[in-house]
Amino acid sequence: MGDVAIRAENLSKRYNIAKLKKRHTTLSEQLAETLKSVLHQNGRSGKSSETFMALNDVSFEIGQGEVVGIIGQNGAGKSTLLKILSRITEPTRGRAEVYGRVGSLLEVGTGFHPELTGRENIYLNGAIIGMKKEQISSRFDEIVEFAEIGKFLDVPVKRYSSGMYVRLGFAVAAHLEPEILLVDEVLAVGDAAFQKKCLDKIRNAAKNGQTVLFISHNMIAVNSLCQRVIWVKSGEIVEDGSSADVVRRYLTKSVQDRDLSEEVWDSAAEAPGNDMVRLRRVIVKHQDGRLFDPLSDPLTMQTPFRVEVEYWNLVPAAQLHITLHLYNAEQIIAFTTGNINTTAMPSGLLRSVCHFPGDLLNSGSHRFVVMVVKDTNCVIYSHESRVAFDILDVRERHGSWYGKEPGVVQPVLEWTTEYLGEDGARGQF
Amino acid sequence: MELAAESGLKKPFAVIQPRKSLFQLDLGSVWRHREMLYFLVWRDVIVRYKQTVIGAAWVVVQPTITMIIFTLIFGKMAKIPSDGIPYPVFAFCALLPWSYFSQALARSSSSVVNSSNLVTKIYFPRLLIPLAASVAPVVDLFFSFIVLLALMAWFKITPTWGLLALPLFLGLAIMTALSVGLWASALNVKYRDVGSIIPFLIQVWMYASPVAYPVSMVPEKWRLLYSLNPMVAVIEGFRWAFLGKGSPDLTMMAVSTAVVMLLLFGGIVYFKKMEQTFADDI
Repeated sequence: MGDVAIRAENLSKRYNIAKLKKRHTTLSEQLAETLKSVLHQNGRSGKSSETFMALNDVSFEIGQGEVVGIIGQNGAGKSTLLKILSRITEPTRGRAEVYGRVGSLLEVGTGFHPELTGRENIYLNGAIIGMKKEQISSRFDEIVEFAEIGKFLDVPVKRYSSGMYVRLGFAVAAHLEPEILLVDEVLAVGDAAFQKKCLDKIRNAAKNGQTVLFISHNMIAVNSLCQRVIWVKSGEIVEDGSSADVVRRYLTKSVQDRDLSEEVWDSAAEAPGNDMVRLRRVIVKHQDGRLFDPLSDPLTMQTPFRVEVEYWNLVPAAQLHITLHLYNAEQIIAFTTGNINTTAMPSGLLRSVCHFPGDLLNSGSHRFVVMVVKDTNCVIYSHESRVAFDILDVRERHGSWYGKEPGVVQPVLEWTTEYLGEDGARGQF
Repeated sequence: MELAAESGLKKPFAVIQPRKSLFQLDLGSVWRHREMLYFLVWRDVIVRYKQTVIGAAWVVVQPTITMIIFTLIFGKMAKIPSDGIPYPVFAFCALLPWSYFSQALARSSSSVVNSSNLVTKIYFPRLLIPLAASVAPVVDLFFSFIVLLALMAWFKITPTWGLLALPLFLGLAIMTALSVGLWASALNVKYRDVGSIIPFLIQVWMYASPVAYPVSMVPEKWRLLYSLNPMVAVIEGFRWAFLGKGSPDLTMMAVSTAVVMLLLFGGIVYFKKMEQTFADDI
């Protein structure tokens, strides 16, 4: 082999910040602006030249058949890179050569029309993502089987549950079989069984010699799927090398970087999320609502605390709830917790609060992934929160062990010891 | 070494870089994606007939009612002449291409903004979006075509061989809708008030076209200026094709066609220039 699949040279993408902040101008505003600048005879016209580089001089080469993970925090430029490689947006500078048909999976079910049936949408979606009609027809049965939609095939997709919708979308995309596959965090949606299916499909793609570029926050998936990982930060490549090494260094670094006690987004337009939900705030507080002060009032293993998540629900009457995946510094999930909700929530700002008792977690740095779940089991958005909290071990030690106890939790459990008599046990034999 | 030389020779499937020339239109990619165009049109048609309660009937009812109103107001009350043709047939003949045109223009203008989910997630030639939106309403035309034939039978008017030239005028109508749609849909991404200007534009445009009145009412000296409106040629063409009255003025046809070609070419260039930032602006 040794053939190149993707060659990127100095790819750069510049965005205008003013433009990003203000969503849309109107033609009348623009005309008024132009008129004003003509009348006042100044060429500046108040145009802001504030720009930022979403991608800055990124170069790399990916060989045919390689499976490469792209990691980095939200806003690091991962998605911009994928959008350029899939030709959705043009680079400001630089060039990339792709050797082979590119299929991108930036979202599943793109172009589904709610009024059309599952059957109709398979054809429509297939054509939109670049399949030929015969190709769709010949894989049709496989797609239906993979999607597990069974008797809903001829029902308009607006009647589908969100799980079915995602499954159908992925089923079509999974049968595209391009030479180069670009995947952006599809795995963050859907239930566990579905996520496993997605991973298997990507693994198979790799086995069949397809080149895969895979963005994910799921380090376990990245580690197991990819041999090579590119770590992107602020639009530049930090490191490019073997998965295990890069992932380890990325995790160590990001834990250090992310000692935030609160994440807040002021406007829904800037907040992480999608057209169903947007986050507003993630915060860790004392049980009574006070903020922690790492110096005078730290969080200890004994302190009860609460995690608050505020979010905008954009779909009226959606059954939403929040699930938290709590990670320790070793990237092990301590546990997950959620409050399954079966009542429809009105659209607007919601706040979910989870109360953590004291004497539960072990000491050390913790962080969590916030998931917004719809219809009790379908993850519609997953956010790797930058809020991290250190749990201190300030217990008085009575024993001889002064190190950190092993284990992800350190609950205080009730113990009893009884004296069973001098030969109480002997009688058993 | 051999392998390296081989990969050096291999041509890339695609090169991604900032577009250099204004006239790098890459129309070949539209042709290569013709199957997707078919599916987009198919979707528009199916959805349209599924969503409306009375479905196909609607596309017949609308121009028919307009025709009745025109007949009462312009034909009976204002006594506008109709070149010796029964007024209902005269009006319906023009309403056929006009309803198509107004539909196509309205839909194509908003097409790109309405496809934001596609534009931000999938690559395909963006030209397909307004193209599909301007072609889809042709299907409606087919139904009203049958109504017109029935109407002509009622008034005992026999169609002429000119009908064979109908696709030509239909093509001109599609290109007119597309050319304006290209400009409007690209502008709409950047300036959202364009969407509210279009219905007004369509209304004004109708009075500037010979829908309710014959071209013969327009003073001779204004004719050339009048024919800058390509819909004049389209409507005159339709009337001639169906009714065989007053063969089309070739100068006017030529002027209209030239205007459309110019608008269309400019529209494609402008659209291609704007499409580079569609995904970022939308």
